[in-house]
Amino acid sequence: MHPPAFPLLSVQDLKAYFYMDEGVVKAVDGVSFDVYPGQVVGIVGESGCGKSVTMKAILQILEPGGKIVSGKVQLRVRRAGRPDLDTGGPNSAEELLDLTRLHPNSKLMRKIRGAEIALIPQEPMAAFSPVHTVGSQIMEAILLHNKVSKAEARQRAIDAFRAVGISMPEQRIDAYSWELSGGLRQRAIIAMALSCNPRLLIADEPTTAIDVTTQAQILRLLRDLQREKDTAIIFITHDLGVIAQMAHYVVVMYLGRVMEQGPVNEIFANPRHPYTQALLKSIPSVQSTPRVRLPTISGSIPHPFNRPKGCPFHPRCTQFIRGVCDSAAPELLAVGKDHLASCFLYQSQEVTA
Amino acid sequence: MNTGNPTPATPSTPLSEPAALDDALLITSQEEERVSVASNWTLVWWRFRKNKLAVFSAVLLIFLFTIVLAPDFFSTMDPETTDAKLAFIPIQRIHWFDEGKLRPWVPAVIGKRDPVTLRMVWTTDDTQKVYLRFFSAGYTYQLFGRFEANLHLVTALNPEDANRIHLLGTDRLGRDQWSRLAYATRISMTIGMISVILSVVLGLLLGGVSGYLGGLTDMFIQRLIELLQSLPTIPIWLALTAALPRTWSPERVFFAISIILALRGWTTLGREVRGRFLSLREEDFVLAAELAGASRWRIILHHMIPTFTSHIIATSTLAIPVMIVTETSLSFLGLGLRPPAISWGVMLQEAQNIQTLALAPWLMIPGLAVIIAVLAFNLVGDGLRDAADPYSH
Amino acid sequence: MTTPKPASSPRQVLLEVRHLKKYFPIYKGLMRKVVNQVRAVDDVSFFVRQGETLGLVGESGCGKTTASRCILRALTPTSGEILFREADGTVTDLAKLDRRGLARFRPQMQMIFQDPFASLNPRMTIFDIVSEPLYVHGMRSRAERTEKVAELLRLVGLRPEYMQRYPHAFSGGQRQRIGIARALALRPRLVVADEPVSALDVSVQAQVLNLMLELQEALSLTYLFVAHDLSVVKHISDRVCVMYVGKIVETAPTLELFAAPRHPYTAALLAAVPVPDPQRRTAIQELPGEVASPANPPSGCYFHPRCQFAVERCRQESPQLEEIAPDHFVSCHRAAELSLPGAVSHV
Repeated sequence: MHPPAFPLLSVQDLKAYFYMDEGVVKAVDGVSFDVYPGQVVGIVGESGCGKSVTMKAILQILEPGGKIVSGKVQLRVRRAGRPDLDTGGPNSAEELLDLTRLHPNSKLMRKIRGAEIALIPQEPMAAFSPVHTVGSQIMEAILLHNKVSKAEARQRAIDAFRAVGISMPEQRIDAYSWELSGGLRQRAIIAMALSCNPRLLIADEPTTAIDVTTQAQILRLLRDLQREKDTAIIFITHDLGVIAQMAHYVVVMYLGRVMEQGPVNEIFANPRHPYTQALLKSIPSVQSTPRVRLPTISGSIPHPFNRPKGCPFHPRCTQFIRGVCDSAAPELLAVGKDHLASCFLYQSQEVTA
Repeated sequence: MNTGNPTPATPSTPLSEPAALDDALLITSQEEERVSVASNWTLVWWRFRKNKLAVFSAVLLIFLFTIVLAPDFFSTMDPETTDAKLAFIPIQRIHWFDEGKLRPWVPAVIGKRDPVTLRMVWTTDDTQKVYLRFFSAGYTYQLFGRFEANLHLVTALNPEDANRIHLLGTDRLGRDQWSRLAYATRISMTIGMISVILSVVLGLLLGGVSGYLGGLTDMFIQRLIELLQSLPTIPIWLALTAALPRTWSPERVFFAISIILALRGWTTLGREVRGRFLSLREEDFVLAAELAGASRWRIILHHMIPTFTSHIIATSTLAIPVMIVTETSLSFLGLGLRPPAISWGVMLQEAQNIQTLALAPWLMIPGLAVIIAVLAFNLVGDGLRDAADPYSH
Repeated sequence: MTTPKPASSPRQVLLEVRHLKKYFPIYKGLMRKVVNQVRAVDDVSFFVRQGETLGLVGESGCGKTTASRCILRALTPTSGEILFREADGTVTDLAKLDRRGLARFRPQMQMIFQDPFASLNPRMTIFDIVSEPLYVHGMRSRAERTEKVAELLRLVGLRPEYMQRYPHAFSGGQRQRIGIARALALRPRLVVADEPVSALDVSVQAQVLNLMLELQEALSLTYLFVAHDLSVVKHISDRVCVMYVGKIVETAPTLELFAAPRHPYTAALLAAVPVPDPQRRTAIQELPGEVASPANPPSGCYFHPRCQFAVERCRQESPQLEEIAPDHFVSCHRAAELSLPGAVSHV
């Protein structure tokens, strides 16, 4: 796919730390990537890699104790016909807004969440309140972001339900979340996220809590919607299979840092970072040979309080260079077209070249 | 097509090599080693001590408990000594320095009868100094009801002045409030503790049986708890305590009241214990023990009870102040302990009418003791509850 | 219904499950009247041979966990037989035994749990956790137990020096190793592993799978591997059993099942797995509808409302598990006529 010239969202050297009694957790420590309109960016990583915190930092919904320390989150915001997004800047159709400079509870930030960036959370059960009908919650979101009548909001909610493939939307809209099955609930969440026509969707492990056949339905739905509406999606997951099926561009994270990022085919066919290479080799697949010893990554992910010095992956890396990898963190440098890796293996090449 | 026989374990790479030792666990720092081998109680203590308010309250409670153990050591005279001539003496302020030297003293009080109202009016006379001594011999008492002792916290330097020290004033009958307060602390705290211990025993037993056996027993105990909890407490306590024969000795009344308080106190704990049993039965580690062939008793004693002891202790600590306040209220209303027993509630009876209060506001001091004790127990209980589950995050 | 009979094989059958049922009653009202039953496991039959790994797969609520807990007798089955062959060849029906009767079989069957956090008592040291089965079964000498625990820890790739630590000092993968050490303490013959890697990080899953394969080889263990992840099941199993709403729909040798599934549900399940290969993008195929409720299952074949091949017969008649090839059992009326795509091109 050919990316348009300007990114919709540009995350630049984002750092989000958690200040706790036991010390500082550098949950996100210098993450940069761009999301172009209509592009699916997959963020993949294991527990503690900071993929969810990155998402929360973009939306400014970090848990107490968490703070964006530095970096920019630049979002291209639509202004046409939307006085509510008036930032007082020069009049143009779109405006570049640095979200980190907005107060998390400011009116503008609240407008951006939902209207410009919508979230599909991991737990569909927790996303809806059990005491209101699903429809009323979607209507509330529509009324919050649009100047429409209640009847029109209801119609839009029904349309959104139909768009995500829920049969009998007129009836299902008056159901409570606990009356819906897991798959329907996840569809309802997607309907709610799409109800205000956001240009960016953030899907935080949207299929982790559901079964494989339902997951296939949801992935297919997301893929179809993305093609139809040209919505950009940030897809967060630990499942490399899901990433391979969904993403155009992949960001591989480990302990708060980007290890490697690049087009999906490059990442899977030609991974450059030892972590990505090892991760791809270590997963069993329905196509691999059964009952063979899988190549593994030795050791386990360190606790965030004991983050190793230098490259965070060096204690588990087979290509560890003593005195180099454990002294400083490598920079994210180009290793191909749109393909970046943060590893000293390639930095020394640059130096010698 | 496969022949249909199961594929034998023929891996392409040999599997026989020993599993790689996990070197990520090579921990060098002593701090981490210390955390690794820290038991549950150590972790609870580490978390508890971070809560400064709770630690302060705990120290306060330890102080209160030393009073409970040896009230005579803290008193300046026998709390039962009455002297109508010495009624309503106000608080004496302790002066620590005399002529620039550390020599604590209290001013003597001199009573004069008001010619109009005929009431005793007490004035302090700073020229007559009653010097104090700390940790010295005073009147003899029985320590723990067994050893003869005469050591006291405060005594008069001159033994003849023994009756002239009333640090917290005197009441209507001229009894020394300071000494009475020490005795009242003993009774009030003990009654709270004993009722809670009884509640814990009842709650553990009935709650445990209810949660473990389930079925009809569970149903019966749960309905009983509901019934007990639905009864309006104050009238029931009033009725029960009023039914205690007037002829009973203070000790018997004391135990009867503890039991009455415990009869309802166990219900909350019983529910909690039952809930814990029910949820623990579903825990994986309990199933693992069962699959290992462990007996029911072993599972209860080694896996279930240790898991909720810290919670029981926290809950019990929070229950003590409730008992103290209840006892105080009952005694204040004249339905709990009765004189000659001394408790905070009994002492507060003296502060019942507004006239006395206007004349002798120091009679409300036992109320302050109640507040301090209740607050301390609550803060320690809250601290314990927060520290009780080190695995919550 | 016939039970699957093992084809002639050099290996003996260690465990055979016949017509296993586990119904959970649904109570209603004050009098706790039974109004309905959840048929969590509804007439399940399969067998496990000595030294092999049988994978039990299915989506949540299909009854795979309930079935495995019945076999371990953590649950009492409603009916059916659980035949276990001891080392001396005697076969006992575990379903009929009470607590005391089971005591003798406990050491021979152990379990590896899904959640590495909930399955270790946080208030016990690693020594206490791993040595508990030994103590319970009469090893009272602490020195002897220490030696044995050290041996077990070494076996699962952990340093014996860490015996005095508490579980909180270990990561998920390390805890899972501790759980495996505990399961192996009594030298069981059958190990039931209930989703042993699904709670672990991707990079740690492979370590635990390798360890399980090594241990199987070294100690000639038999595994019943319960999981929802088809890739993992394929990796570790010799044969695979697919469950849907309390019933077994297909049992076959692993490669055969993945290359040429004979039940439409198996095929749909295989097609739904996202393949970690961006070149095979068209791969996601969806199965319409939702999993049926085990409290109110549909008539006939439980899968028929979602099955694209369903005919009238499927709506009315419940299919039986039949052997259509050696060791390959399918419960589908149309198994013989359908040609279904597998997940692997080669066999």
